[in-house]
Amino acid sequence: MKAPETEIQQAINDPRLQLAIYTGTGRLIDHRAKVVGAEELPDYQELRNEAHAVKKHTIENLDYYLEQLESNVIAHGGQVIFCRTGEEAADFVLNLAKERGLHMLVKSKSMTSEEIDFNERLERHHLEAVETDLGEYILQLAHQRPYHIVAPALHLTRYDVARIFTQELGVENEVVIEKQTRIARGVLRRKFLEAGIGVSGANFLIADSGAIVVVENEGNARLSTSAPKIHIAIAGIEKVIPRAQDLAVFLNLLGRSATGQPLTAYTSFLSGPRREGEIDGPDEFYLLLLDNGRTKLLEDPEKRQSLYCIRCGACLNHCPVYRKIGGHNYPWVYSGPIGAIITPQFHGVTEDTWLPFASSLCGACAEVCPVKIEIPKLLLKLREEVTQVKRKEDSDVMERFAFQLFAWVAVRPKIYLLLASLGSLFFPLVPHIGPLKKWASQRTLPEPAKQSFHQWWAARKGSS
Amino acid sequence: MFVTCVVDQVFPQVGVAITQVLERLGYQVHFPEAQTCCGQPAFNTGYTEEARKIARHFLDVFRDSEAIIVPSGSCTSMISHHFADVFQHDPKLLAEAHALEPRVWEFSRFLLEAAQVDDVGARFDGIVTYHDSCHALRELRIKAGPRKLLAKVQGLTLAEMDAAEECCGFGGTFSVKFPEVSGAMARTKIDSIQKTGASTVVSIDSSCLMQLQGVIQRAGLPIRTLHLAEVLASR
Repeated sequence: MKAPETEIQQAINDPRLQLAIYTGTGRLIDHRAKVVGAEELPDYQELRNEAHAVKKHTIENLDYYLEQLESNVIAHGGQVIFCRTGEEAADFVLNLAKERGLHMLVKSKSMTSEEIDFNERLERHHLEAVETDLGEYILQLAHQRPYHIVAPALHLTRYDVARIFTQELGVENEVVIEKQTRIARGVLRRKFLEAGIGVSGANFLIADSGAIVVVENEGNARLSTSAPKIHIAIAGIEKVIPRAQDLAVFLNLLGRSATGQPLTAYTSFLSGPRREGEIDGPDEFYLLLLDNGRTKLLEDPEKRQSLYCIRCGACLNHCPVYRKIGGHNYPWVYSGPIGAIITPQFHGVTEDTWLPFASSLCGACAEVCPVKIEIPKLLLKLREEVTQVKRKEDSDVMERFAFQLFAWVAVRPKIYLLLASLGSLFFPLVPHIGPLKKWASQRTLPEPAKQSFHQWWAARKGSS
Repeated sequence: MFVTCVVDQVFPQVGVAITQVLERLGYQVHFPEAQTCCGQPAFNTGYTEEARKIARHFLDVFRDSEAIIVPSGSCTSMISHHFADVFQHDPKLLAEAHALEPRVWEFSRFLLEAAQVDDVGARFDGIVTYHDSCHALRELRIKAGPRKLLAKVQGLTLAEMDAAEECCGFGGTFSVKFPEVSGAMARTKIDSIQKTGASTVVSIDSSCLMQLQGVIQRAGLPIRTLHLAEVLASR
């Protein structure tokens, strides 16, 4: 697939959207900066190193920790289901609902479920899935996918929300955010009570205790996982961490990096179904561990660090490209820099070959990544893989030829100098062809120097 | 001195300025005339094979240089960081690249750390804002140095912009593969420059300045772009 140039252009030319993205991400940038600074968190860099080391160790010993996790979940009375694909995960839920005669479930925010088109799969079989995170709920009403990993409705203003509510819920135009929240709460409270199943994601899976950890700010995840009789958690296999004590590192980094909170409003530790004597909690608990291509990523010792991601979204907020093109112009649910490195690995580098190139390699992403994923380095690696494929396919011949010629000339100084001197003659003529035309579409071309530095030096040497 | 292909072809005055500053400090400047490019355009576009050929030529040309002064954070980083990636499967050239690393100096860092001067006796009247180029900032950790040098220039007032660390949108071939995104990034940067009231934007990377200058000219704004060396050479 080629880059969606028209849509990108539309996003850039839409001042309302640009303002929404720029201020939305800008707010998250400012909030993060306040809570990772030297005064607030002096050991921030050490925490990042520690988080990286724990993730590296876990990913390198993933089979061990997944087995440990499984046996501990079972010990608490839960069940673990390994799902190779999204279809397998959806089928499990569909079968369970059918078996119990259930027609509706509530969901808390989960990018993993977005990744596998979970809601669409269920709805095809008439099982209704209701999103209960406010942003996700708005998007579900508007039939859109998340714009951002953490702030799914980042691109919408309260006026947009008012319009969506009027259209989809038939309520009167309401632009006050608190009142909008009340409208959503009114609808969702009933859904929580009616739903037979609650589906959640998981931020961390703790191998040595068998507990799952869910962080959130609205309390909807806590309700989704405790009110319905059945709780199903869907999580990628890379979400496992070895020990509960590792959370000291990860919880400290996740909220700060994502929204600038030292801790999110709710942090739920869920270990299995309600036990005897407990008042709250589900009767049944299922943990769906999703592969969906993750084991393929494990094969490459360098690129597998992409699996360290804790989905904080900081790289999106700090990415100057994301901040211009927005979340919906990326080909998959994971947008921004992390999307640009994982999408080609999940879908293959031959799909969306433009994606690793949609970066100025400014490095802002790597600087804020709490688990220190070397995003620019992986982008370069993916670029190399794309050009290798193109070499084999013999496609994009002009670009390859240009670089081959450039390299040929650059190792022959005499020819380089000759061409350079001619180049300055031809410079004014080229805005109409190829790359320079693209350059000139946005900017005035630089005036070529009348005398190159090489020429200046030669003249100076000659006169002294 | 390695002037870089951009300076050689488009901004030779930057090379001239560096020569002047270094000679005033008593250095003898050599310019190996067989030099061409560091190979970064090819490397960043995924053409590692082509980049390797160019990098190899660079090693040949500069093998015996005592100190290699580079008027660009980006090209410095290519040589001192990414040559190691380019030659990762060739132990002999990898060793050569590593041997070269400590001798490669971004211009402002050379002045402060090798020559140990922060005042080169320059005079420049006007309000100036400084653009942190991404590779200098994040790969070479150059942030305070150029500002220290600017602070010692007589007549110069440094006005910091909010978005000093934000990318100008150049990104090599990114600027022609995604011209609209690149242009929009530059315009955001320029908005921030304008708010400072500065009439000059200074950087240590000519390619960023080429990008900014192009968009500034297109918009007809009264702001000029100068390489740090040009400011330090002026009297």
